[in-house]
Amino acid sequence: MIITRQKNLEDILCSIEKGPVFLVGCSECATLCHTGGEEEVLDMKKALEKKNITVSGWVILDPACHFLNDKRLLKSHKDEISKAKKILVLACGNGVQTVSEIIESADIIPGTDTLFLGEIKRLGDFEKRCSLCGDCIQDLFGALCPIARCPKEMLNGPCGGAIDGKCEISTDLECIWDVIYKRLKEKGQLERLKEIKKPKDWSKSTEMRRIL
Amino acid sequence: MNSLSNLQKVLAEGKFAVTAEIGPPKGSDPNKIIDKADVLKGYADAFNITDNQTAVVRLSSMGGCFILLKMELEPIMQISCRDRNRIALQSDVLGACANGVRNILFITGDHQSFGNHPDAKGVYDLDSIQLISIVKDMRDSGIFQSGDKILSGNPDVFIGAAANPFADPFEFRVDRLEKKIKAGSDFIQTQSVFNLDKFNAWMDEVCSRNLDKKVHILAGITPLKSLKMTERMKFFVPGVDIPNDVYDRMKKAGDPKKEGFSIACDLINAVKKIKGVHGIHITALFWEDIIPNLVKDTDLYPRSNSVY
Repeated sequence: MIITRQKNLEDILCSIEKGPVFLVGCSECATLCHTGGEEEVLDMKKALEKKNITVSGWVILDPACHFLNDKRLLKSHKDEISKAKKILVLACGNGVQTVSEIIESADIIPGTDTLFLGEIKRLGDFEKRCSLCGDCIQDLFGALCPIARCPKEMLNGPCGGAIDGKCEISTDLECIWDVIYKRLKEKGQLERLKEIKKPKDWSKSTEMRRIL
Repeated sequence: MNSLSNLQKVLAEGKFAVTAEIGPPKGSDPNKIIDKADVLKGYADAFNITDNQTAVVRLSSMGGCFILLKMELEPIMQISCRDRNRIALQSDVLGACANGVRNILFITGDHQSFGNHPDAKGVYDLDSIQLISIVKDMRDSGIFQSGDKILSGNPDVFIGAAANPFADPFEFRVDRLEKKIKAGSDFIQTQSVFNLDKFNAWMDEVCSRNLDKKVHILAGITPLKSLKMTERMKFFVPGVDIPNDVYDRMKKAGDPKKEGFSIACDLINAVKKIKGVHGIHITALFWEDIIPNLVKDTDLYPRSNSVY
């Protein structure tokens, strides 16, 4: 899932400058992250109105990254959108751009920061799992991804900095190489870590897959 | 390789090597390196110039190496994977070699979040093992990582790598060293040794796999300058293992500098006796001028084979 975090209200107000504002949420990732579901969109409406910013209307797109669905849903809010100077999108960075392809009459403001593709561990607790590199190699590492989860993206780790299974950059972060080592040890596959893993083919993550 | 670097010569002749680290300045004043190098001249076989260590911006390793070359001292350049992609890394190897740098140590590098530009984007296109293997191919087979041929001059590099015998998971540390050797390392400089038991256990495993015959291991030595430095290293520097007996010696010391010096001498004398250790690498953080006494008091002076 795409993990987002709502920007703080001060920053959002700064970007909006003045209303009226039309609010956009998303039925999928942003709803699960509690950053742009119906509840959060209505909370945002209240918060803006408290700051004397008019909210001309709101919608939850289904989902925001779906161009044709957005077009249909936004059409039914045509009047409310035409009154708005700003569209505040509480969805991921993709949702912001899909909305901007459809609504030309107002400025589009992102209301969240898009963080990563990750796992919901429990409510409000997310962890990065994938860097969208375009060339999955997790079979080599016990179905764990060192590109997404090692801050140095090492394929021949671990580095020399991990202590007690924690990453050198933060004691809140487990050293994924420690996890990989333990998992492969359990599976009796430690031999795999003795092979030198070749440099990654990053061309698969850039020009090669902008369009599918 | 065409000719041997001084460090390579010392090691090839089976002599106990000494290398020392010179931290470059936060600025472009060459005298900061020249002054340190003047003090150390003759007390080591080659001198590391670090590459923005702990991710703090300093005069570049390559630039510092050129200063040493002008002084007719032998540098060990360091290249970290943090700040450059494979294009820049290979290009820097060529540029350094063209100017007479013969020893290069390749490391993955301290994460940028530790340094004075924590908002920088880390590169990490390669890790140290991949880079070492690429440089070996450049030197021995005349090819770049892409497979393209080198057209005019394979870089004649004596390839160095770092090893940390003290990090987790401990069981994997010798496997990782073996990978670095397989990739093409000629010499290894280890993390500073304070925990002799752990270092001995690591070296035993190294020798039992005959890896000491395939690579030259230089044990890291860091003289502790104060109790504050000891505590910072013990509790905050990733990958450093200062056992309680060393910590206690520093705590009880009336003159911590003297005690730190004496601990370093004890460690040097101890690692000299360990099978498979072919030299030491001294990192005297902000205390480079102690190195001559350290080398003299442990009977490693004069550097017999030193050409300078």
